[in-house]
Amino acid sequence: MVYYLAGILLILIGMYAVLVKKNIIKIVIGLSIVNSGINLLLIAIGYVKDSTAPIFSSDNFKASQMVDPVPQALVLTAIVIGLGVTAVALALVIRLYDHHKTLNINKIRKLKW
Amino acid sequence: MRKVTAVILLGLVGYYLFSYFLEIPFGENRSSVGDYYLENTVEQTGSVNTVTSIIVSYRGFDTLGEVTVLFLAATGLGAILFDKKGKKRRRQHASLIVRVSAHLIYPLIILLGAYVFIHGHLTPGGGFQGGAIIATGVLLMFMSYRSFEVSHKFLTYLESLAGITFVVVGFAGLIWGSSFLENILPLGIPNQLFSAGVIPIIYIAVGLKVGAELTGLLDNLLKTIK
Amino acid sequence: MSLLAILVYVLAVILIVAAIFAVKQKDLLLAVIGTSAISVVLSIFFYLLQAPDVALTEAAIGVALSTIIFVITIKKTKRFEE
Repeated sequence: MVYYLAGILLILIGMYAVLVKKNIIKIVIGLSIVNSGINLLLIAIGYVKDSTAPIFSSDNFKASQMVDPVPQALVLTAIVIGLGVTAVALALVIRLYDHHKTLNINKIRKLKW
Repeated sequence: MRKVTAVILLGLVGYYLFSYFLEIPFGENRSSVGDYYLENTVEQTGSVNTVTSIIVSYRGFDTLGEVTVLFLAATGLGAILFDKKGKKRRRQHASLIVRVSAHLIYPLIILLGAYVFIHGHLTPGGGFQGGAIIATGVLLMFMSYRSFEVSHKFLTYLESLAGITFVVVGFAGLIWGSSFLENILPLGIPNQLFSAGVIPIIYIAVGLKVGAELTGLLDNLLKTIK
Repeated sequence: MSLLAILVYVLAVILIVAAIFAVKQKDLLLAVIGTSAISVVLSIFFYLLQAPDVALTEAAIGVALSTIIFVITIKKTKRFEE
């Protein structure tokens, strides 16, 4: 249960940063925190008590006592895609800073090149 | 005012999220598709790591799309930062301790990355993790040596070769089997290195591709002049 | 209450404190270190939730690569949030 609470709190903190902060790098940080919170929630939903990881490395492990592998496969790809998205967003931040010499989104009004 | 509005809105969102999650029991039941994968993975794919068999075999087409997304992200980053690239980057020399230890650790990190993606069907890990570990090793060298360079041509060829391998294996399944990415090689005995048919081949290709893409991405970012 | 349960609660508190630190800190470099700390704790959580594959991914990508991308961007732009 504490995992659910931690994941939801992470999502809320990240969304707060996206809504309130003016600095554009802070907004990207907030998005990455939201991403982490959602990953934690998905893995926590797939957990089964008193069970092992879904790897049949010896005959002692039974399929009935394993955690759900589907959210793990989903989250594994989601983390890698999240890195790609963050990298492209930060590249755009660098370009934006070159043009406007500021990171404050209130001062970046002229979004025309 | 802005902060108060945000906190009120987030309080509402948090309340509904939490009341919804209270109805999902923690640690009790699995999805039925997860049950199916767990019960059939060893007979159907020969891979003992169920997560690997889902990513590479059951949902291999999905992974092909995902690798494409990562490729597009790396290419897009290169395109966005294109004309800012300088010939040489003005990096500082790291201290002697960092340089010597980086030189010692670098081959071991590359070896660990290769181990992780070669044994993807046996142990935790796989192409994505191994590729990321290799990129971390190259990053260590970027940070400690001023003259360390990676040939972009080599990265491009490696990445293209890995991508072509993935697609060719998929079409081989279509030609000699019945569907795209079908496991056409013999499955072998589970828990051995040469088992699980095409799964290790695809995961090695994915590992090389992810490693090359992430290295190129870091190189592009580092080469941008301020 | 077992030792493991206490550990989980302590880690959850660290996680939330690191997240608040990452959002509130004016120095962006320190904020990025905060996100790195979030990734470390999440990696331990994934391991405790029997997901070693995901823990390995989070450790390699969240702690190392994501942090360094942020640090490079801050070096190319501005360090302090005004």
